[in-house]
Amino acid sequence: MADLGELYQQIILDHNRSPRNFRELPDANRTAEGHNPLCGDEIRLWVKLDGDVIEDIGFRGNGCAISQAAASLMTSAVKGKTVAEAEALFSAFHAMVTDAEPTAEQKEALGKLAAFGGVREFPARVKCANLSWHTLRAALEDAQRSVSTE
Amino acid sequence: MTTSIERVAGPRASSTFDAARVRADFPLLARTTRGVPLVYLDNAATSQKPRAVIDAVRRYYEHDNANIHRGVYALSAAATEAYEEARSTVARYLGAGSPREVVFVRGATEAINLVAATFGRMRVGRGDEVLVSAMEHHSNIVPWQLLCEEKGARLTVLPMNRSGEIELDRLEELLTPRTRILAITHVSNSLGTVNPIREIVARAHARGVPVVVDGAQAVPHGPVDVTEIDCDFYAVSGHKMFGPTGIGALYGKAEHLDAMPPYQGGGDMIRSVRFEKTTFADIPSKFEAGTPHIAGAVGLGAAVAYLDGLDWTAVAAHEADLLTYATERLATVPGLTVVGTARQKASVISFTLDDVHAHDIGSIVDQYGVAIRTGHHCTQPVMEFFGIPATARASFAFYNTRADADALIDALGHVRKVFA
Repeated sequence: MADLGELYQQIILDHNRSPRNFRELPDANRTAEGHNPLCGDEIRLWVKLDGDVIEDIGFRGNGCAISQAAASLMTSAVKGKTVAEAEALFSAFHAMVTDAEPTAEQKEALGKLAAFGGVREFPARVKCANLSWHTLRAALEDAQRSVSTE
Repeated sequence: MTTSIERVAGPRASSTFDAARVRADFPLLARTTRGVPLVYLDNAATSQKPRAVIDAVRRYYEHDNANIHRGVYALSAAATEAYEEARSTVARYLGAGSPREVVFVRGATEAINLVAATFGRMRVGRGDEVLVSAMEHHSNIVPWQLLCEEKGARLTVLPMNRSGEIELDRLEELLTPRTRILAITHVSNSLGTVNPIREIVARAHARGVPVVVDGAQAVPHGPVDVTEIDCDFYAVSGHKMFGPTGIGALYGKAEHLDAMPPYQGGGDMIRSVRFEKTTFADIPSKFEAGTPHIAGAVGLGAAVAYLDGLDWTAVAAHEADLLTYATERLATVPGLTVVGTARQKASVISFTLDDVHAHDIGSIVDQYGVAIRTGHHCTQPVMEFFGIPATARASFAFYNTRADADALIDALGHVRKVFA
């Protein structure tokens, strides 16, 4: 039996109950909507991108505990990071929830995000965990696209 | 006379149905999941298959497989006979006047799409209306939306109340002179509501409006009689009525089927083909282009034969008991709200649990072997109506027992603990 305690770690339940950065950013210059049609999980992200740095980020949404806690912890993790650093975090996060236990070094890089390692044993919930990250990528890619057309 | 499906929602009766004996007919129900016995409560999504169905499909492939309606050799004749015998069995079970009125399709979704694409295209024009109910599955909304877009027609909606019952007193005003078709479900997949389908059909007919009934959720709970209901079309899915996936049936009144153009072109649906002009086969072959799902039809025939062997009065009492028992026990779970409280219900219970999302409920109860559906159940307008993103849904079949309901309640206790 996969361990429920591994999936619903205290930090995940806490971020679900009291999500951080749960707000619209009035001065955001990037926004994207993420939607998981299978589950009905949805989030909207606002990003204030200053050059290459995610200066501020906020979200609103509703859905399961995994999707909402993942959004909360994702926003906390990428705030102040560069786009490349955020991408690297997503890669490490994605590998952790789909593939294998992260190495000690990867775990350190993931920080609190390592709490989502339990998702790996629940394949049906991977999309919930990844939703906010995909949404972030969409917001950042839009930024790049709009930059290139200007 | 009431159909069995309407009797399902009767008062609690002492159950004389031997569910344990029936369970033994369903091999999958004996399996474990995640190291614990499986408690299968997702029958509204798909039902498990009795040995009789599995054996019939196997026997077909091992002994009778050949293409139908073509070969002059004995094997092809045997396959044709098996296929057509299945049609007759399904026709009898649905109460159709003749097997000619039963078209084999992939499932209820294809059945409704067939009607929309043929009967609908014939009947609906610019400025006309197609009326659907507020509790329809997406499969009984989207085909009509597509038709309305194509024709410049309007989709209108028959509302329901907070219990999940159709507002019958609104029916008259919504059956306008422009209403060309009423499409409505017999039993709601997400709320369990059993609609008073004969009355609805009678009222629509009084206005000259033909009625397409989605019967996918009704037939698993008892035989229906389409002749008595007097609907114009009735759609069912094999896999929800203990038969194989990929096969279903559309009942249509012969007068409609005769007048309708073909759905798809190809082999088996023609009388003669010349480059100048093709003439089509008679019904129902006209609607069965290409080699059909012969093994599926044989399996569906076996499922219906199995259902025919059940004592449906006892089944109805058993399912009514399960519904009442499970509803009463769920009411004892703190924070639990049942969504869909119609007076006439099939053994389908949707619920929410405080602010715990349905998917978290589903993942946690799965750890204790309990399989339930979580999400919008392909009825997003229903979720919107109740102002909720999703529900958890336990749907019981005749092979379920009170012990299954108990297992669900126990598992929900663990959900409460995780989200304490």
